[in-house]
Amino acid sequence: MIKLLAYTKYYFIFSALIIIPGLVSLGLYGLLAGIDFVGGTTYEVKFNKFVSNEEIARLVGESVPEVALNSVVSTGESQILLRMSPISDDQRLKLRDALKAGYGDFTELEFETVGATLGRELLEKTLIAAAIALIAIIIFLAWAFKNIVFGLSAVVAMLHDTLVILGIFSLLGHFYSVEVDALFVAALLTILSFSVHDTVVVFDRIRERTHGDFTSNFDQVANRALNETMVRSLNNSLAIIFMLLALLILGGASLKFFVLALLVGSISGTYSSPCIAVPMLRIFFKLQRKYAH
Amino acid sequence: MKLLTRNNILLFLVVLLISFCSFIVLPRSTPTTLKIGSFQRDLQIKKGLDLEGGVQLIYKVELDGIDSADREDAFSGVKSVMERRVNFFGVSEALVNTSQSGDNYRLYVELPGVYDVDEALNVIGKTAKLDFRVVDNSAPDPTTPEYTQSGLTGSNLKKAQVAFDQNTGEAQVAIQFDDEGSRKFEEITRNNLNKPLAIFLDDQLITAPTVQTTILDGNAVISGSFTKDTAKQLAIQLNGGALPAPVTLEQQKTVGASLGDTSVKSSIVAGIIGLILVALFMTSYYGVLGFIAVISLLCYALITLTIYILLPVTLTLPGIAGFLLSIGMTVDSAILIFERLKDEVRLGVDNKFAVESAFTKAWNSIRDANVNTLIVCFILFNPLNLQFLNSSGLVRGFALTLSMGIFIGLFTGIVIVRTIIRVFYLNDFELELGRIRLPRFSFRGIRND
Repeated sequence: MIKLLAYTKYYFIFSALIIIPGLVSLGLYGLLAGIDFVGGTTYEVKFNKFVSNEEIARLVGESVPEVALNSVVSTGESQILLRMSPISDDQRLKLRDALKAGYGDFTELEFETVGATLGRELLEKTLIAAAIALIAIIIFLAWAFKNIVFGLSAVVAMLHDTLVILGIFSLLGHFYSVEVDALFVAALLTILSFSVHDTVVVFDRIRERTHGDFTSNFDQVANRALNETMVRSLNNSLAIIFMLLALLILGGASLKFFVLALLVGSISGTYSSPCIAVPMLRIFFKLQRKYAH
Repeated sequence: MKLLTRNNILLFLVVLLISFCSFIVLPRSTPTTLKIGSFQRDLQIKKGLDLEGGVQLIYKVELDGIDSADREDAFSGVKSVMERRVNFFGVSEALVNTSQSGDNYRLYVELPGVYDVDEALNVIGKTAKLDFRVVDNSAPDPTTPEYTQSGLTGSNLKKAQVAFDQNTGEAQVAIQFDDEGSRKFEEITRNNLNKPLAIFLDDQLITAPTVQTTILDGNAVISGSFTKDTAKQLAIQLNGGALPAPVTLEQQKTVGASLGDTSVKSSIVAGIIGLILVALFMTSYYGVLGFIAVISLLCYALITLTIYILLPVTLTLPGIAGFLLSIGMTVDSAILIFERLKDEVRLGVDNKFAVESAFTKAWNSIRDANVNTLIVCFILFNPLNLQFLNSSGLVRGFALTLSMGIFIGLFTGIVIVRTIIRVFYLNDFELELGRIRLPRFSFRGIRND
């Protein structure tokens, strides 16, 4: 039996190494919010011939000067994605005519414009949803395990996974202009439930082995539970990771970062159950015992 | 040997269910419709806007000028007018949804398969308030006529349709008034003989023909530099009725057909490859048991697709991701059970006891773990339409397929796997295929004969 709990210090150091750069990035750059949340326009078009990004930027500036052009990105061969401030329908038509006059017929792959108020509302709603999900999970775990420390430890592991994903997406946003949208939030919430899913299996084993009596020998029981659930945990994560990897590599481009968030989250979620949740459970138990006496 | 044991019957029912599902899911070269009584379904999966391509519009309904007591009425009025317009537009799968958040009233309009956003915007976004006005005799300057409302409006219409002028071939909109409208129209034409009768649309003058004769039958035409398309758009708007309150466009999204098509194809390929990887992994690690799990996964896929078709569930790109993700979670139930079984076999108990005990012990973990995911799905889907929560179609699609996946996964992962194991391993039915007997449970390093 591997004494997994003996290495708690190293788990915390390892997590810190991953999380701290992300936190710094979050503090410095924050997250790059998609148009879902702040309003704006994305316009993806495919031309019949090569058009340089600079030319497009100039044309946009000339035809609709009142619109702020945020970025021009090539998304494929003679395929371009424009990011702009929210635009009216008249402005859209003007821009389209100008592009047609400049570079001939082209295909509109995708056009989306979101008003700023609508975006802000969605952001508020999403934050509320995340808060409710967190509280609901704590309550459920506290109820299922008849002790609040289980819920708290699982939530610490969840926060760990959240920080890992947010940090990575903050870095991706800064260096590769990866945006955070409503789907990202859906991925985040799913990951939280995944993380808990994994933690519950380990906790369940600890509960079964101790029959509710945690006073004696927590470390030994927890180590055994960890060893017994390790294979299942790894196997299950592998199955999910296979699915997500296939989607990431072969799936559609529009899902790429959604799947990436799920992938990062499921890896972090697998790691956090034995390496964060269980050590935290031990710490919380000690505190609980200390203050009970 | 008893044939009619509970487990054999259960296995038979499962086989029956799977055959039915295979029949529904079977790819067909021609569109087929299933019809049982009043229940009718096309046997193919409905694709959402992001897969099929199309237009999504979000309108803000401007209710500021309306008494707060009447706002709900006006809002639902706007919705039903929109629905009628969208129907006249001829889109089969169009959707009109409402959402209210504080003082913001919104309409979500989805038009899958429509790529001409300009036409869509012209038809459905206009208020289309039609009214007939007569010359105001009290106006100071008779050379530039001023008009005053006659009391006859678009709400007195029975129907409108496109017509063509017999002499010039120009497009017109022919309108027919209802009984009340016909009476009013008769009165107006009688009182205003040889004077202009102006037709206003959204307070803009369209045309002001001179009344030649008293019109008794309530028929009239609106002419005035229409093209065939604009005449058709006006006819649709008039038939749908005027919007009780004006709307402004707040979000617009157009997805080209090609983008959706590539996404579907690549997601299907990704799904199949992912499934094969999972199947290879499971059989190489768990042997025959892994193979049983793979069978249950196939059952899972078949049942899920059948439900998508029959319910029907409109599949979006995140919906596909939710479906594929739930495959991962289905595998988890099987893995939890097999790991328990391994523990039991290691203890040296007999097969029958090991199987039953493994299922009972694994169930607690499976239940607790899945309840969590369901809680999150519930919040994401927001079935009660709570104002302070999200109601975006994409997020909902993901939550719907993921939660359905969990329920179906529990059924296939537990019921089907258990039935197969009970029937083929627990002596209810000793199976010999030719000379080859099914191997006993075996795990790496542990063997139980």
